[in-house]
Amino acid sequence: MAGSPVQVTGTVLTMRRVDAYHALTVVAPGIADRFRPGHFVTVAVGGPRTSTLTRRAFAVHDVKPDYGGTVELVFTVRGAGTAWLADRRARDPLDLIGPLGRPFPLPRDPASCLLVGSEYGAAGLFALADALQQRNCRVDFVLGAASSDRVFGALRARRMAETATLTTRDGSLGVRGSVVDVLPGVIADTHADVVYACGPMATLGGVTAVCAEFGIPVQVSVEELMACGIGLCMTCTVPVIGDDGVTRMTRACVDGPVFRGERVRFDDVGTIPFDAHGAPGGDRAR
Amino acid sequence: MPADMRTYLAHVELPNPILTASGCAGTGRELAPFADVTRLGALTTRTITMAPRAGRPTPRMAETPSGLLNAVGLQGPGVDVFLARELPWLAERGVRTVVSIGGGSVAEFSALARKLTDAPGVTALEVNLSCPNVEDRGRVFARDPSAAGEVVSAVRTAARYDLPVIAKLQPDVADVVAIAKACVDGGAEALSMINNPVGMAIDVDRMRPALAAGTGGLSGPAIRPLAVKCVWQVHAALPGTPVIGMGGVTSGRDALELVLAGACAVAVGTVLFHDPYAGHRVLRELEELLQERGFDRLADAVGLAHRPSHRTDREESSL
Repeated sequence: MAGSPVQVTGTVLTMRRVDAYHALTVVAPGIADRFRPGHFVTVAVGGPRTSTLTRRAFAVHDVKPDYGGTVELVFTVRGAGTAWLADRRARDPLDLIGPLGRPFPLPRDPASCLLVGSEYGAAGLFALADALQQRNCRVDFVLGAASSDRVFGALRARRMAETATLTTRDGSLGVRGSVVDVLPGVIADTHADVVYACGPMATLGGVTAVCAEFGIPVQVSVEELMACGIGLCMTCTVPVIGDDGVTRMTRACVDGPVFRGERVRFDDVGTIPFDAHGAPGGDRAR
Repeated sequence: MPADMRTYLAHVELPNPILTASGCAGTGRELAPFADVTRLGALTTRTITMAPRAGRPTPRMAETPSGLLNAVGLQGPGVDVFLARELPWLAERGVRTVVSIGGGSVAEFSALARKLTDAPGVTALEVNLSCPNVEDRGRVFARDPSAAGEVVSAVRTAARYDLPVIAKLQPDVADVVAIAKACVDGGAEALSMINNPVGMAIDVDRMRPALAAGTGGLSGPAIRPLAVKCVWQVHAALPGTPVIGMGGVTSGRDALELVLAGACAVAVGTVLFHDPYAGHRVLRELEELLQERGFDRLADAVGLAHRPSHRTDREESSL
């Protein structure tokens, strides 16, 4: 965990619609100060007597120095918690914890970086792109979604990056297909040295497989269901191969969410691999 | 004047009655950035097992109304790593630590007790009776008075005489008082209740069980009435046995409810996922509530709801 996370009561500054998504800006100086690209924050939803106890985790789209420090989150309404969040208005208080998790590692020397995002998972890539450009890295984007209104940040990506390749499942914008389909071509065209990816597990698995073919490193930010986001509840575990070669059920919240792609056993997500540390039948006691 | 919040688990004095429930405070390190863990009455560790355990596949968690279903499967690095890396961190800071232990057989429980009993920094042992007994076709110890008593007595025998042994009970049993009595007869100095009752949720979109394991333990405010009932019944039957009440406590009022039912200490669990500072908030709120009600000592409120009622209409009944 880089830096030390804080729990703060932030104040909602703005809530706006961005395409199919909601973008929420909160004044939360303690979090904005400590933020690095790849960090996430959690929000308590439902107010003080809430019946929804798990915190909702969100990637940070942007931090700005206004009002001492603001944090912007992008989300879509998927249940009671995000519906409550979408009803917040300016000046409402919001219980936030952050910044959480392991941020994206940045290249020491200028490199050609390809940023791959799917749906609103792409939100977490823009702060990364800023940081990479400040280090004189070339930045290219591949953004994808089911349909054109769900491709997040296409305009901003086009403005800031050398190239931005867009994909939609229904073909309503850019190339028909998924981000994984166009990836080999884009890697070849942009001479990417490193790939950063955000999105669902299946997409990240596909991106990692393509990068392995090209022999370039890939950093993935995984999305796994979390209850607390701070390492207490043990629900967001993913099978990840450690430095010692041993697979462990690793918490995405404190040891991730950013992992080296080839270390995550995407095909085994949702299982306990038989060779994982402490797997049933793999020890002497049981 | 603020009320005296000291409480006792057997002969061990705690400066205040707020503990963390097993499996909800990580190793202590995760909670430390948000709350001073040394100020808790005690921190209960996740259940420590002999061998490392990878736990259950994901999804391990499903949110339910005012609650949480979980099937983590006691993921942990095993007792040796716990003793080498996790307990020393707590001991160095002077965190009072209740170590929860779990095993698949009586022998495994007593082996764990032997390993832990002389480790510096262990305040008490909590026996997680909700483990499947591999010698009894996977039936959990907590559901059978004789199995529960046998485990507790094995741990009591293996542990040093001055280390309190706490038995943690499950609410979804035929007769929680019978289990409690068996544990006390087996040598438990205190009882901890309740562990998660078993529940299930089905994801209607995927049309499959929400948890990979199918069923899971239900926690959170949804189970608080079960906790109040279990604490009430056990305190009525065994008034001399200290009870740590837990199950969906989110506020000082919830803690006071369990105290009035008979708990001399209260643990916060699931609420820590929502608010890592909750333990300290609940303590402050409980202190204020006791003061408002004119209590000088927490001990005076323990089990107070059991006092006979003074309604005269009842005494005058001709029946």
